[in-house]
Amino acid sequence: MIELQDICKTFRVMKRKTGFGQALKALYSRETETIHALDNVSFKVGDGEMVGYIGPNGAGKSTTIKIMCGILTPDSGLCSINGRTPWKDRTAHVKHIGVVFGQRSQLWWDVPVGDSFELIRDIYRVEQKAYRETLDELTELLNLSEILKTPTRSLSLGQRMRCEIAASLLHRPQMLFLDEPTIGLDAVSKIAVRQFIKRLNREQGTTVILTTHDMQDIEALTERILLIGKGRILLDGSLAELKRRASVQKILVVEYSGAQPELAAGMNLCESREGRMILTLDPAVISASDAIARIAAQTEITDVAVSGISAEEMVAALYEEYQI
Amino acid sequence: MKAYLAVFRIRFSHTIQYRAAAAAGMVTQYAWGFMELLMFSAFYRVSPEAFPMTFQQTVNYVWIQQAFLALFMTWFWEMEIFDTITSGSIAYEMARPLDLYGRWFCQSLATRAARCVLRALPILLVAFLIPGPLRMTLPPDAGQFVLFLVSTVLALFVVVAFSMLIYISAFYTVSAVGMRVMAAVLVDFLAGGIVPLPFFPPFLRSIAELLPFAAMQNMPLRIYSGNIAGADALWGIALQVFWLVVMGLAGRRWMRRAQANVVVQGG
Repeated sequence: MIELQDICKTFRVMKRKTGFGQALKALYSRETETIHALDNVSFKVGDGEMVGYIGPNGAGKSTTIKIMCGILTPDSGLCSINGRTPWKDRTAHVKHIGVVFGQRSQLWWDVPVGDSFELIRDIYRVEQKAYRETLDELTELLNLSEILKTPTRSLSLGQRMRCEIAASLLHRPQMLFLDEPTIGLDAVSKIAVRQFIKRLNREQGTTVILTTHDMQDIEALTERILLIGKGRILLDGSLAELKRRASVQKILVVEYSGAQPELAAGMNLCESREGRMILTLDPAVISASDAIARIAAQTEITDVAVSGISAEEMVAALYEEYQI
Repeated sequence: MKAYLAVFRIRFSHTIQYRAAAAAGMVTQYAWGFMELLMFSAFYRVSPEAFPMTFQQTVNYVWIQQAFLALFMTWFWEMEIFDTITSGSIAYEMARPLDLYGRWFCQSLATRAARCVLRALPILLVAFLIPGPLRMTLPPDAGQFVLFLVSTVLALFVVVAFSMLIYISAFYTVSAVGMRVMAAVLVDFLAGGIVPLPFFPPFLRSIAELLPFAAMQNMPLRIYSGNIAGADALWGIALQVFWLVVMGLAGRRWMRRAQANVVVQGG
């Protein structure tokens, strides 16, 4: 159980205009600016939930994750994770969580990945037998057998990221915080990582909180979404709900041979060329299947595609709506 | 405890791989040791009674110093720790169920121990075998040798406890280069790294002998050579324990404060 209540965190950032003169000036007077990274953030996440935490750059996603990991101490507010306050009980707390920071590495640069894993095993005091089992499982699921003996420095980004995720799971944490876990991965690795996270959540009941800019991650993984902007939680709901909210229109692309069909109520023509038309549908008036049936009755359809708004567009629309 | 041992082990076995670096280091230390001793022997030839230590004591001091340099050097830093702080990888370090102070302490001990294991024996071997006045001798008696061993371990711990303070300062200064350079020059001098403390002018010497830096290499080297013996040696060891406790406690406290205010650089 994760519970955050009115968490605030500010950072002081040095400000200096570019240029040599300004650099000299900064020697005797420095300007700082206070940035409200988190402003009364509150939410709850139940055990076994999978939550996508989204927001534009600098919104406060990583700061929240770091607070939940006990790395940062907030200025005010309460945070209780399985009954512990992360930053007060750091060592006890982090035993039960796993973290992946997509832009950093926890593996030793010039030793084989397997050695890093063994160090992590000893740090978390994992029994050898349990370690073997977990490692075998992870090796199979994340396809690591080829790369365990390779030093980290010789791995590609995708290979490394798979190892990073495995490293965070060796102690079988109840909770997994993923801060941009698919950054820089190719399509195959992305899909592998997503499937793995899904399976972990389904089979082990691991609570997963995931920040990402990749909306396909969100679409593939999470039911629930938290939207944060300028340090504030703006929305908390399911993906489907958010999509409904962001836009109600559906887009229908029809290719046909024969006469141009008549339009019914709820159908708006966006674009029409010979043998092809793009319509927007108002689902309150007409459903996509009705619309297709209606067109099919009038002409020969050769191809048809229906699309809702993509998660990407939805998020862009939300960012716009909240001006973040 | 097991976790800290694991940190020690991986660091030790990792550092011990660097044989070429050890060989190069050894050559430097032979050369340095001989040069220093030749210089001292020139001084001693002019008037041996003008010096506070006998020539044999000085010879032993210099050879032990060269052999155990890796344990005592005050200008050596775990760059990885500075990088961790300035680059923000501290995030991962703090997400581990380890006390960060203890972890870095173990890591530093392991690096120094591993470097020392590679270098000490060959240097001691040569120092014991070379003919003539530059040959090293055994300590006066077995008791003195035991005191030397105890004092060596304490000196190593004091050096690491001191470097921990410099590491922690990186939380506040972002770049710790200034602190490092200052510490390297001043501390090495006050620890007896350039010339033994007895060679200092009386006034400076009486102050320097009370400072924490005197609890570093100064103490074991002088105990080995017999320059400090008996009750004086026990007092010296007590001083080492004192400074170890003071710097250890200060470091831990400071570390806790620094961690509460930590900022993870680079998002």
